[in-house]
Amino acid sequence: MSSLQFVWFLLIGLLFAIFFFLEGFDFGVGMSVNTLANNESERNALVRSIGPHWDGNEVYLITAGGAMFASFGAWYASLFSGFYVMFLLVLVALIMRGVSFEFRNEMRTDFWRRFWEWSLTISSLAAPFLLGMIFTDMVKGMPIDAQGDVIGHFTDYVNWFSIVGGVAVALLCYLHGLNFVRLKTEGTLRERASAWGKVLYPVLFAGEVVFAILVYVYTDFFAKKPISTLLILAAIVLLSVLAYVATLKDWEVTSFISGGLTLPAVVMLLFVGLFPRVMVANNAANSILIKNASSSAYTLNLMTWIALCILPFVLAYQIWSYWVFYKRIKAN
Amino acid sequence: MSILGLSILSLARFQFAMTTVFHFFFVPFSIGLGFVVAIMETNYVIQKKDIYKKMTQFWGKIFLLSFAVGVVTGIIQEFQFGMNWSQYSRFMGDIFGAPLAIEALAAFFLESTFIGLWMFTWDRFKPVWHCLFIWLTSIGSMLSAVWILAANSFMQDPVGYALKTVNGNTKAVMVSFADVVKNPELWLELPHVLFGAFLTAAFVIAGSSAWRILKGKNIEFWRKSIKISLIVGLVAAIGVTAVGDKQTQYIIKNQPMKFAATEGLYKTTGDHASWAIVEGMDNKDHKVTWSIEIPYVLSMLSYHKPSGAVTGANPLNKQLHKQYDKKFGKNMNYFVPMHTLFYSFRIMAVSAGVFALLAILGLYWNRKKSDQIVRYRWFLYILGLSLWLPFIANTAGWFVTELGRYPWVVYGLLTIADAVSPHVTVGSLLFSNIIYFLLFAGMGAVMIVLSHRVLVAGPDADLQSGYGVNDEDKQDTDESVDPYAKGAFNHE
Repeated sequence: MSSLQFVWFLLIGLLFAIFFFLEGFDFGVGMSVNTLANNESERNALVRSIGPHWDGNEVYLITAGGAMFASFGAWYASLFSGFYVMFLLVLVALIMRGVSFEFRNEMRTDFWRRFWEWSLTISSLAAPFLLGMIFTDMVKGMPIDAQGDVIGHFTDYVNWFSIVGGVAVALLCYLHGLNFVRLKTEGTLRERASAWGKVLYPVLFAGEVVFAILVYVYTDFFAKKPISTLLILAAIVLLSVLAYVATLKDWEVTSFISGGLTLPAVVMLLFVGLFPRVMVANNAANSILIKNASSSAYTLNLMTWIALCILPFVLAYQIWSYWVFYKRIKAN
Repeated sequence: MSILGLSILSLARFQFAMTTVFHFFFVPFSIGLGFVVAIMETNYVIQKKDIYKKMTQFWGKIFLLSFAVGVVTGIIQEFQFGMNWSQYSRFMGDIFGAPLAIEALAAFFLESTFIGLWMFTWDRFKPVWHCLFIWLTSIGSMLSAVWILAANSFMQDPVGYALKTVNGNTKAVMVSFADVVKNPELWLELPHVLFGAFLTAAFVIAGSSAWRILKGKNIEFWRKSIKISLIVGLVAAIGVTAVGDKQTQYIIKNQPMKFAATEGLYKTTGDHASWAIVEGMDNKDHKVTWSIEIPYVLSMLSYHKPSGAVTGANPLNKQLHKQYDKKFGKNMNYFVPMHTLFYSFRIMAVSAGVFALLAILGLYWNRKKSDQIVRYRWFLYILGLSLWLPFIANTAGWFVTELGRYPWVVYGLLTIADAVSPHVTVGSLLFSNIIYFLLFAGMGAVMIVLSHRVLVAGPDADLQSGYGVNDEDKQDTDESVDPYAKGAFNHE
């Protein structure tokens, strides 16, 4: 494995980590639209809080996909064709979600307005749940043939580990969304978000324990990298405990950041466990490795320079855009 | 394995066609509309007349709707390569992935961030800065065209690559990024697509305005909209024709089979080639059955002089067999879908002429001192109907480009049959085709209903946008300094 290949493995992980941190809260806010808000103006306030940002956040997923295509074509090919139906459902969720922001706003009757609000809520739940399932399945190991194609059956995709993984990611996103709501709104909406946080964090702790056990049962993480696996799992737990404490004490920034960082920490856990593979096969000989899944050194080198040149600008104007919209939103 | 006689290959091809065509209804519309709206807002910044602000906000609203559908259908495009065409992705990742990743980095971030800023900050920035946001959005969308067409151009005309075999699998690797970007195919496709996008927006605006003038309200607003859009439309119609001519010269050399098909030629022509307006073909025996022709015109189109033979599909087929049989075997079929290409090309070419004519007439009758455009109701009906034509012409253009590359997905390097995902099942492909079809039908219907509703409501309706602004919010904003409380368009 060359250092360039390693850098790009890291970069793909980083892009997914940023994606889950950013889109994580707007998934959560999307779910909140029908679980937290009690009336139209509260729903408006929630939608408005992520209005200017959700699209930019989603671009991280598209960038991660594009970067994977560019740097590890074999990984991209096996992953997307191998999880065909699940990616199809992710797409359906992202499509319904993406149009519901605009369409909802144009509806004249309550029925259709509620239709698009439910579309937003359900798709905001489905997308992180399905992505959670895909990622847990990917590290658990799939039946992969010598060509790198996944030939799986239903239980390879849907099993206790992937269901718990999906629920965990969706729950983390929801909590992240609640923390964002506390940061961005005031009044009853904010109080309700904080009340839900106090209830749901203990549920999350139980989920984290179950998840850790399933990681031990289903993956080779503990066998191959016991120390780093334990450390990252501990970090996930610590971050969520900190977020819980911060919720109790009403330190909103702390709970938003530490609660949000649990998502990148999960991505880190999966990517560290994955290394030096990109797809884990049940038959170890067929696992797809970083060293032979990658593009040529020329392309990797080129992409590194391009990313180094463009990414700083992207980060700068995105941060600026968050700064422009830093104020709280009021539901009346 | 197949269900109802459908194979993975045919379903995957159908899906690519369906998703791309639907996506490409909205892409050129958004690129063009973003550009025209940016021109309108620039007019507002310079002339400070309220009518331009109204125009920006009115057409901006339709722009936002179209942009949303364009974004979500675009995600399908990216995922689709991995899902349905995994062998293609393995073969091409090294080259195709790079422009795709650059598109996301350089273009998608730019447009998505600044469209958010543009929507929600009408009353927070000085007009100059606010106008800059729509220009950055517009530039972002055009940049995305640059990179995705760079990828497509490689598929049409591979340059700057080498073939490398690892463990028995051959793949294309990039040798020169500069060559990939300098690909002459790209610098023909790009202006063609951009002019096509401007035409799309121009005629949707002009056509919708024509319908509204027929209803008799807000005449000044609609006439001003027609003026701006038809100026853009006229320039674009001339531009697209000029570029199209250059492309003709290019494909005669680089993809002669595609050219023979667009002209419906099986046999090589004589030295003075005549141009068939319509013709009948026998695709089994590979011959033309009847035709109506204009003498000399094909030579003129091809070589800009009255003489010069054009090679037909039959000799080209033989030539391609000679060239590729060693690599791809004797059983290849090198004939492209002749009928489709022949008529697609004519639809596209005739459309360009219709656009130019309508733009000239429309601009003339819409002169400041004249009210002819209002009186010539027959012309308004024609202009009104023409708003659908760009979508048909754009689709016809891609049929020529993509079907004309048959049987290759990457010209001369990889066949379509070898590119498909080998282990995706017919069932899941059929399922995804049905799902996409239903989604597209739904989104298309909603788009048409909503755009129509916006048009009927007219420029004096409450032009707020930015999600979630209701009446209560509006009352609130009057005394509040809260930036969120005002929607993007809630400015008065």
